Amino acid sequence: MRRDIFQAIADPTRRAIITLIALQAMTPNAIADNFNTTRQAVSKHLRILTECELVKQEQQGREIYYSLEIEKMKEIDHWLNQFRKIWETRFNQLDEVLSTIKNQEK
Amino acid sequence: MKNNLLFDFTVDKTTKKVFVDREFAADLSLVWDAFTKQEILDQWWAPKPWASKTKHMNFEVGGRRFYAMVSPEGQEHWSIQKYTSISPNTNFKLLNAFADKDENPDLPGSEWDLNFSEQNGTTKVSITIYNESLARLEQMIEMGFKGGFTMTLNYLENLLTTLSQRQ
Repeated sequence: MRRDIFQAIADPTRRAIITLIALQAMTPNAIADNFNTTRQAVSKHLRILTECELVKQEQQGREIYYSLEIEKMKEIDHWLNQFRKIWETRFNQLDEVLSTIKNQEK
Repeated sequence: MKNNLLFDFTVDKTTKKVFVDREFAADLSLVWDAFTKQEILDQWWAPKPWASKTKHMNFEVGGRRFYAMVSPEGQEHWSIQKYTSISPNTNFKLLNAFADKDENPDLPGSEWDLNFSEQNGTTKVSITIYNESLARLEQMIEMGFKGGFTMTLNYLENLLTTLSQRQ
């Protein structure tokens, strides 16, 4: 199942996992060592992150390593940028309205 | 209009807050009116070519603004803004939620905190928007702006013409 990328970052544990594996590829066990939660819970988070295509798995010997899909993270910045643009446009419009009203009052 | 007025937009993903700061070359009372009076709000709230259409608005604590963002094709996306706190010319807070055309809110929404201050004839507005999830934020954009809204030069001309005709 393909999930929404925002589901991935909606959860604090998943955000923490993202931060961890942004630095280096890690095994599920190594990731789980950082949390006071069960190995199963971490596996579930990793599965969701994988379904969101935010992380990728790589087999190295007997271990599976998880690492971050940097390009995917950029999508988040992309839409935040759109949101910024809405406000920018909105306020530029307000500038015009304010200056029109001021001129009318004169 | 070129100016060197402050515009700051930051997002804190961990606290799920968006901060928007902006200065305006106008008196505080006028900027306050622009944010709290329906007839002025509708002139600038929707990024062109979208239009803001307020069905009703009652700016008082417990009151609400029920409005739509209308696409160029006439598609309406309704929202409710419920005012939870008002300190005239200083601050107001609201709960923002998407809604259907019959005014049924789609909860949870986002919490907005708007602060106004003036210095040397320049008014600064600082807005904090808290979203329970960043996915809600995405919805704000998805609700119609994805076609890529561009502020057309026509817009400015139209507004100025309309305003001068009203005089």
